[in-house]
Formats: sequence, C-alpha cells, structure tokens
Amino acid sequence: MSTWFSGWRLVVGFLVTVIGVPIVGLVLTWVDRFVSARVQWRKGPPFYQPFADILKLLLKQTIVPRGAARTTFLFAPVVGIAGMTLVAMLIIYSNFNTVVNQQSSFIGDIIVLLYCFALVPISFIIGASASGNPVAAVGASREMTLYLGYELPFVLAILIPVVKVAQQWGVASALRIGGLVAYQQQFGPLLYSISGVIAAVIVLFTIQAKLGYVPFDIPEAEQEIMSGVIVEYSGAPLALFRIARAMAFVLLPLFLITLLWGGLRDWWALLKFLLIVVLIVLMKNTNPRLTIHQALRFFWFILAPIGIIGLVLAFIGL
Amino acid sequence: MSDETKVRRIVPIGPYHPLQEEPEFFKLVVEGETVVDLEINLGYNHRGHEFISPELTYDQVPFLVERICGICSNSHPLAAVLAIEDCAGIKPPPRANFIRTIIHELERIHSHLLWVGLAGHFIGYNTVWMWAWRYREHILQVFEMITGNRNHYAANKPGGVRWDIKPEHVPEIRAALDLVEKKTMMLTKAVLDDPVIRARLEGVGILTKEQAIAWSVVGPTARASGVDIDVRRDDPHCAYDQVPWNVIVLSEGDVFAKAKVRLLEIFESIKIIRGCLDKLPDGPIDMRIDEIPSGEGIGRTEAPRGEVFHYIRSDGTNRPIRHKIRAPSYMNIASNVVAVRGGSIADAALTLAAVDPCYCCTERMAAFEDGMLKYTGKDLLRLSWEKTEKIRERLK
Repeated sequence: MSTWFSGWRLVVGFLVTVIGVPIVGLVLTWVDRFVSARVQWRKGPPFYQPFADILKLLLKQTIVPRGAARTTFLFAPVVGIAGMTLVAMLIIYSNFNTVVNQQSSFIGDIIVLLYCFALVPISFIIGASASGNPVAAVGASREMTLYLGYELPFVLAILIPVVKVAQQWGVASALRIGGLVAYQQQFGPLLYSISGVIAAVIVLFTIQAKLGYVPFDIPEAEQEIMSGVIVEYSGAPLALFRIARAMAFVLLPLFLITLLWGGLRDWWALLKFLLIVVLIVLMKNTNPRLTIHQALRFFWFILAPIGIIGLVLAFIGL
Repeated sequence: MSDETKVRRIVPIGPYHPLQEEPEFFKLVVEGETVVDLEINLGYNHRGHEFISPELTYDQVPFLVERICGICSNSHPLAAVLAIEDCAGIKPPPRANFIRTIIHELERIHSHLLWVGLAGHFIGYNTVWMWAWRYREHILQVFEMITGNRNHYAANKPGGVRWDIKPEHVPEIRAALDLVEKKTMMLTKAVLDDPVIRARLEGVGILTKEQAIAWSVVGPTARASGVDIDVRRDDPHCAYDQVPWNVIVLSEGDVFAKAKVRLLEIFESIKIIRGCLDKLPDGPIDMRIDEIPSGEGIGRTEAPRGEVFHYIRSDGTNRPIRHKIRAPSYMNIASNVVAVRGGSIADAALTLAAVDPCYCCTERMAAFEDGMLKYTGKDLLRLSWEKTEKIRERLK
C-alpha cells in the first residue's frame, strides 16, 4: 500500500507545486489588484486579467538587448521560478507529510528554504546585471542593498520559533519545518507569545520587501528608474518573472503560517492566509515608497534590534 | 559598492518616461545613488503659438493660448485677455471680473489637487493619487455646469467673459466647495501627519531663498522658499483686491513645503470663491469693443504654477502683430539644477516633479541641422533683433 500511496502523493504534490501554486498566485495577484482598485475608488480588472496578461506575454516577442549577456539574461527568470518551486515543495511537503512520517523531510530544510527564497532577488539581480542597462544596474544595486537589509531581520525572526522549539525538542527537530509544524500541533501556535508576535511583525515587513511591494518596491520604482531590474525584459522571460513573483505571493504567507501560526493542516489556515494577504495589500496601499537608505535603516536599525529583543525573549521562554 | 560609487553614470529621465507623461529630458549624472549633476533638455513639443497668434483675430487669440496648457487652461487666456484690454485701455464690467476670479480660483483648486495626486503617484502612494483626483472631479463638474466643458472652459474674451454664473449655479458651487474643503482638509491632515510621507518629503530638494531669487522662480515654488510674491496681490486684477485672502508663504524650500503651500492655497482659493459669490454684482458680463488702437499691452496673472506674462502689440488692425508669452514652468524647471544636486535618484524624481512642471508651457525653439544645434542663443538673439528692425521699418 505504502509504495502506491506515496507515489500517488508525489504526483499530487508535484501538480500542486508546479501548477497549483502559480495559478493560485495569479489569482492572488488579481485579489491584490482588485482590493487596491476598490481602496482607490476604481473598478478593478476581471479575475482572469493576470492570466490574460501572462498569456499575452508568453505570445509576445522576446527582445534581448544588444549589449546583454544573452544566456544569463534569458536564464535568470528560470532561477527565480526554480527557487520558488523548491520552496513550494518544501513547505507543502513538510506540512502535509510530516504527520504521516515524521522523518520525511530532512534536518536543516528551513535553512535550505532561506536560500531558496533568496533565489528570487538573486535572479532579479543576475537578470538586471546581464541586461546591460544603466537603469537596470541602479535597480540591481538597490535590489542587492534591499536584500542585505531585510535578510538580517528575516533570519532573526525565523530563529525565534527555532529557539522555542529547540528548548523543548532539541535542535534537530527545530531546524526542520516538519518539526515546527508538529510542535505547534501539540502545543499550539508559536505566534501566541510576545516573541512570536515580534517574529510575525518582522516577517510581515520582510514579506512586503521580498514581494517588491510599496513601501519597499524600491528596486522597481516605476517613477524613478522605470521598473529598474526588469526594464529590459519582455515576452516569456518577463512572464516567468511575473509567475515567480506570484508564487512568492502565495508562498510567503504560507511560510508565515507554517512558521508561527499553527501550520496548514486545518481549514483555519485558509482564513489566516487570506487575512495575511489582505494585510499585505492594505500595507501596500497606505504607504509611500521609501528611499533605499531609509529602507536599509529601517531593516537594520529598527527591525533587527527588535528581532534581537524577540530572540532574547524566546530564550527566556516568553 | 565602493567601486560602484566612483563610477559616473547617466540615468535618463525622458524623453518618454513614466514619471511625467510629457516629452522632457533630464539627464541625471549619478555616482551610485547620488545625483551630482543635471542637464535639462526641453523643446520636444514646440507648437509655435507665438507665431500663430499674429495670424488670428483678437477674438480667436484666447482660444489659441487656452491650448498652450491643458491644466492651467484658464490662466493663459486670462493673461492674454488682460493684455488685450490693457492695450485697448478698457475695463471689463465688474460682474465679468468676479466671474473671471471664480473660474481662475476653481482652476487653481483643480490644478493643485491634480499635483497632490501626482506627487502621491511619484512617491508610489497611488491611493493618495486616486483620492485626490476623485475630489478634483467635483471641481470639474462645477466647470462643466458653468461652461459646458471640464477643461478648456473658453471663459474669457476681450471685454468680459463668455459664460455667466446663473443664480441656480451658486448653491451647487457652494456645495461642491464645502465638499472639496472637507475632503481636502482630510487629505491635508493625512498627508501632513503621515510619518512615512514626511520622511520622504522633508529636507528633500531644498531651494533656499537666495537660490529661489537667483533662479527667478515664481508661484508656489517661490513661496515655499520664503519669497513673498503673488501677482494676485502685487498687481491686483480681476476681483482679487475686493475679497479677503492671504498669500501662503513658507520658508523651508523643500518638497514638503511645496506640497504644504499648494494644499493650503486650496483653502485660500475656496475662501476667494466664497467671497466672490457673496459679493457677485449684477450687470452685464461683457462689453462691446469696437477698436483696439495701436500700442502695446501686458497681462499678468497668477497661474497655479506661478506668474503668467503675456505681451501683445497692436498696430490698430484686428490682429496682434506680436504676442510674447512667458510661462511659469520655464522659470521653475531651470531651478531643478540646484535643487536636485546632492540628493539620491529617488529624491531627484520627486524634486523634478515638485515644481509642478508643465512642459507644454515651456516649449521654446531649438533648431537642429545634421544633428548639430543650428542656432545658438546668440544667433537667436541676433535674429530677433533683425526681426524687430524689420517690424520697425514696416511700422514707419
């Protein structure tokens, strides 16, 4: 039974991550556009608009600028998509397979997850640098600065639940997403503590930056550097970037729920997910864009110290 | 990043750029993220208004100059009409003066709200953009009610106005003003109290009082730098000396002060319109002009962006022989050279927009031949001298 069963699970898991997550992501893009439109007294597009956009982009001509490093330029979006697919695999597999088999994922997958999340900004940086456009170069330098900015508090925020679980179950469990989920199913979500709230707030801000949404859409600032990092992209590569972003829009809230808010194994997770998405969209619509210096200062000198305080609180068990 | 900061790169803003939907070209010379220099290129959209104007009759001239700018489409015709009236030595009836003031101030409200919205868009705050433009809609509806058009109202003509404000319009104008005042108050509070907006706008693109005077900036750009000028008060025309209002002057000179000046001016405009509606005299709205004698006249008025100056020279026929226009943006845009220096690219984009530039107002001639500049400034000056000599010959 078990071989058939696990094989079937593998197929479903594959379909969910490779096809389901991008589709849900594009629908979420529509939710974002629709809610933004309603906040701004506009009508908003129909639900199939992101799909139409992607279809149109896929059918359009792909232009590679003359001064660009062709292979790298075209390969960069694939890196982003690959990173997001791995994240989807890890999160969904860890959430739904752990209960069947505690040892199904591996120790340290949360660290792998961190690297996979980083593949999206890295793909943007690679692509922008390969395009040979001065505006894209400014965008790439901004993207890099922003990445260095938000990664520090992001890691600190992830360490908070890890520390809490490690105190009970040891480091081996704590460094596995499956371990974190199992812990929360036994003892309740990690969010319901001071350090948990701190971690959630930090992760929310970094989600905004990782998605490239206002106030942290600095690398793409349309009004300053004309979409910056993706200025030279057109056609299918641009569609791939869009899909990678859309996948991140699904996976980052899922990651937050997995990490702190009880995992994905009950129906409440859907509600939590929608709540986080709405929070992200509202934050996007009620803030102006920061400058890169302000963003860096915010992440390093405001969020990072708060993260350290949260970590200390986690150590003393709060 | 240490190597990168030493390399000078050029970040082009324009000729087509999502920042401002008009043809303009700013070459930002940057080191890393810091702007070290700025080169301004204008003249992509020359339409030859000063050339066309002498071929039109005095009645047609306001329609022409109305199309110089789509946003301050009342200030150019008003200044032209004032110039024609100055030339003819006539004074329009008092009711016309009051209606002109009302239209002009309504225009200032909608123009300033438009700028507030765009400023929000420029800092990525699209909600402010959409909200400001929604409130602006009420003003446009008032325009449509009075003049039949949301823009290009064709309100002025030599000797008076074309559209009367009927008694049934007055309560609707007042209602729209009340609404806009309330909403603008909310917007002002939201914008001025938002810590993130303050972080973005305060101390950015500072133009000191000395620089403002040296670069001859006008309008809200000057008033935000502590230069106390306003043509409405300094050279009273229309009904501006008959209603109470204040000139808003701030001293900071940064983008935040410019935004604040514009937002506060909306309330002053509302005050002026209410005063005008209270005192609106009865009587005719226009008068018959039989002849415009030879001579010259100037008209100046305070457009939403600053002083508009029109010069008209008449030879006694029904067409002007010279019509010279000076638009405020032309003075204001040049001051960007000092205002953006030392800021980041993000701040530069904002500073460039903070003078509320109107490029179609600024277009002047630039003749190119084989990719080279055909006429330098000196050549153009010489040509104009020669032209003036020819005109003098003909006038003899």
